[in-house]
Amino acid sequence: MSARRRTRYGASPAHLLLVLCSLALAGYAGVRLLGGREPWLVAAWFVGAALVHDLVLLPLYTVTDRAAQALFGHRPGTRRLVGHVRVPVLLSGLLLLTYHPLILGRVEAYPATTGLSGDVYLGRWLLITATLFAASALVLVVRLWRARARGETPA
Amino acid sequence: MDGRRDGHGPARPGFWRSPLRGPWLTSALGGVLLLGVPVLLLTGLLSYAAYNPDLPGNDTTPDRGLLGFYLFPWPTDPHWLYRLTQGVHVTLGIALIPVLLAKLWSVVPRLFTWPPVRSPAHALERLSLLLLVGGVLFVFATGVLNVQLEYVFPGSFYPLHLYGSWVFAGAFAVHVATRAPAALRTLRGRSPDGGTAPGDGGPADAAGLATPRPAAPTVSRRGALATVGGGSLLLFGVTVGQSVGGPLRSTALLAPRGQDAGPGPNGFQVNKTAAAVGVGERDVGPDWRLVVRGGGRERVLSRAQLLALPQHRAALPIACVEGWSTTDQEWSGVRLADLAALVGLGARPPWVFVDSVQAAGAFRSAALRENQVRDPRSLLALRVNGADLSLDHGYPARVIVPANPGVHNTKWVGALAFGERG
Repeated sequence: MSARRRTRYGASPAHLLLVLCSLALAGYAGVRLLGGREPWLVAAWFVGAALVHDLVLLPLYTVTDRAAQALFGHRPGTRRLVGHVRVPVLLSGLLLLTYHPLILGRVEAYPATTGLSGDVYLGRWLLITATLFAASALVLVVRLWRARARGETPA
Repeated sequence: MDGRRDGHGPARPGFWRSPLRGPWLTSALGGVLLLGVPVLLLTGLLSYAAYNPDLPGNDTTPDRGLLGFYLFPWPTDPHWLYRLTQGVHVTLGIALIPVLLAKLWSVVPRLFTWPPVRSPAHALERLSLLLLVGGVLFVFATGVLNVQLEYVFPGSFYPLHLYGSWVFAGAFAVHVATRAPAALRTLRGRSPDGGTAPGDGGPADAAGLATPRPAAPTVSRRGALATVGGGSLLLFGVTVGQSVGGPLRSTALLAPRGQDAGPGPNGFQVNKTAAAVGVGERDVGPDWRLVVRGGGRERVLSRAQLLALPQHRAALPIACVEGWSTTDQEWSGVRLADLAALVGLGARPPWVFVDSVQAAGAFRSAALRENQVRDPRSLLALRVNGADLSLDHGYPARVIVPANPGVHNTKWVGALAFGERG
């Protein structure tokens, strides 16, 4: 640590070289990335991408998760049950996040371009979500049954 | 340890309450990405090479400059090569989304690290991290939107995705070089649920990931990783069928090409219907002629004349850049090399420039390299699976070449120019 403090840079020369090379590559590619008709929009998408997780998705996860936890209370007995809601919601949410254009029917050109129906996706996603919740409920029932069979309180 | 003062709000380490965060979780997720991301980068580079961008009309990113240093002639063997590389690229990319998001979740306290800049090295690293996180989500977003035909991004897909990937790749190299050694040590040395106590004094504090004020746990780290793994498995499961095809296609419940394309000999996936690109019956009716040029000569042939030439067969798939593909279809038609012979270039057929009757659209023409023209399986197909091509599959004639990206298997062919641009 003291050797690092001595250099004003804050890390080894190899580190500086590596970062500068990567910035050079980023600059070379970045100029081409921004070489289209709407460079400001491209830059906005890039910066937005850097921030969307931490400033949009993360607050979303945190708020809904805290709400779910509040619903289940804070007693040790029920606190762990929140997982049985959290897991299906997370899995279903991942599918929705990834495939939202098809699921929400936002791709108007889809049927004309592919010759396939664009209406099936919402129904399929809902079916998968229902299955996930059913599976989660089944696992919960099995856990409770086994805990009762052992004479313990569910946890 | 180094006397930094805590900031306010999210910059206070105690703001973050999840007991899961810590070096082990981040290292485990990072380890998965360390394996997966190079595969994505490699298959992406191969996809660009598959387009033979040095040939006239093929380059979707003509200003690539030095970024094309590695390009090489795309082979025709094995005939399913592009099907494999691009299927892996898209399917693996989609399957890694949960891992990526979990990794970003696990390091969020570092976004708000205080003070924001400790030294020039730290500043450069944070800049590099901006390029890393911005780059990876930009590339994933453009890719996932493109495969669903949701063209809302600000420009053409190819330059955005390719150049964005290079920006990301440089930042990824820095990130791996600076973090991987410590991450691997962490994975080898610690158990998943050990070392979370604040004031541990060990790497937990220095990494700034573990919270000094953990809330009571509702799930173990293993449970959290199992959920992330479950997400990846689920996304993989609803996607992979569109690339594998056959009876598995119907398992791809949410993938854009997971639906049955109908019965019969022309019952396989269509990239773009004739209607979508403005090709109608009158463009391909009885007046349609194929013009073959090369070596200073020209031949004009009707469909009947093409059918009278020696017909050959090939079992070849269609594989799209969007990651989906079909199983091998039985094509029959005239060998490209035989068409070159019609204009006297049969001895050593050169490259060919193919033009479609399609009036507009990015891939209405494409160039094929000599090795592709000379391959005996490369056909101007007139029939498939024992029947005439349907209009959507390129009636009256389309190109089919082994290991070729789908858009270069030009449909509704109007002209072939051997050794010269059309």
